[in-house]
Amino acid sequence: MRVIVNQIAKEVSDGSTIDDVLLLIDAKPPFAVAINYEFVPKTRHAEEVLREGDEMEVISPVTGG
Amino acid sequence: MTAPLAIPTNTSDPLVLYGETFASRLLLGTSRYPSPQVLENAVKQSNPGMITVSLRRQGTSTTEAHSGFWELLKKMAVPVLPNTAGCHSPKEVITTAQMAREVFETHWIKLELIGDDYTLQPDTLRLVSTAETLIKDGFKVLPYCTEDLILCQRLVDVGCQAVMPWAAPIGTGQGPLNPYALKLLRDRLKVPLLVDAGLGLPSHACSVMEWGFDGVLLNTAVALADDPVAMANAFALSVSAGRTAYLSGAMKAQQSAQASTPLVGTPFWHQS
Repeated sequence: MRVIVNQIAKEVSDGSTIDDVLLLIDAKPPFAVAINYEFVPKTRHAEEVLREGDEMEVISPVTGG
Repeated sequence: MTAPLAIPTNTSDPLVLYGETFASRLLLGTSRYPSPQVLENAVKQSNPGMITVSLRRQGTSTTEAHSGFWELLKKMAVPVLPNTAGCHSPKEVITTAQMAREVFETHWIKLELIGDDYTLQPDTLRLVSTAETLIKDGFKVLPYCTEDLILCQRLVDVGCQAVMPWAAPIGTGQGPLNPYALKLLRDRLKVPLLVDAGLGLPSHACSVMEWGFDGVLLNTAVALADDPVAMANAFALSVSAGRTAYLSGAMKAQQSAQASTPLVGTPFWHQS
């Protein structure tokens, strides 16, 4: 199935969890995840299954004002 | 450059926000410095009470360029204040704040809800309800807002224990554009007030501290100075000087000259 990760389309297996996608994109900690603009705490990354067309955001610390 | 001046410390007059005490009344942004080393030196030199940070999508040029930022943050060991910069809707703000809380392991959030991309003016109509939602979710909210009295009062009403009105639009360095409104805010609101955004010179920071503001938050004025480390020192000194002046009680300005040297017994005195 197709999901959008940080605005880039990715093909992932049906039933993929957030952890599976994080592994696929080689996400570097620390990061936080949102699915379809909803925050998903890390305690749920292993169990949260993505669906076709889901938009996943993986964000990390940067400088800020 | 000459040796930097030491920043005076006054442990009997700390900045207290939401019941927590901070080492300095200067809050410093971490963006736009020439290098991480300059940022680190500026932070060391000015000893800010908090430093502001943000979040961006992993894998972008911004985050790749700052891949060592996390290590630097841990090394600097200054309390962090994540912001919601770039958010244009309450939903974006709330999700970003929740993500920031997890990444930075802090309940503090600088609430930015932008209503206009050109001026970066806050969306004041939706700011209050967004602040209320965050507070109910356990955040310690420092809202970036305009200097409007009623807006700031409403932010206090929904539970903001500190408010951060702008001096001028972000990054302009123009200094306080509306001293009347800022002084009015200080007179009317009893919570800590920190001036956020628009400061360009240490004298700007000193002025607002003289007016009774509890702190300042700035970034660009330091980061884009020719010598950011020296400018960080200058701002820290100016914040301290302004605070001391406020606590000291300034004399009232007079319309006519008043001799400071006694005139009695003056030789060659002529009274016309």
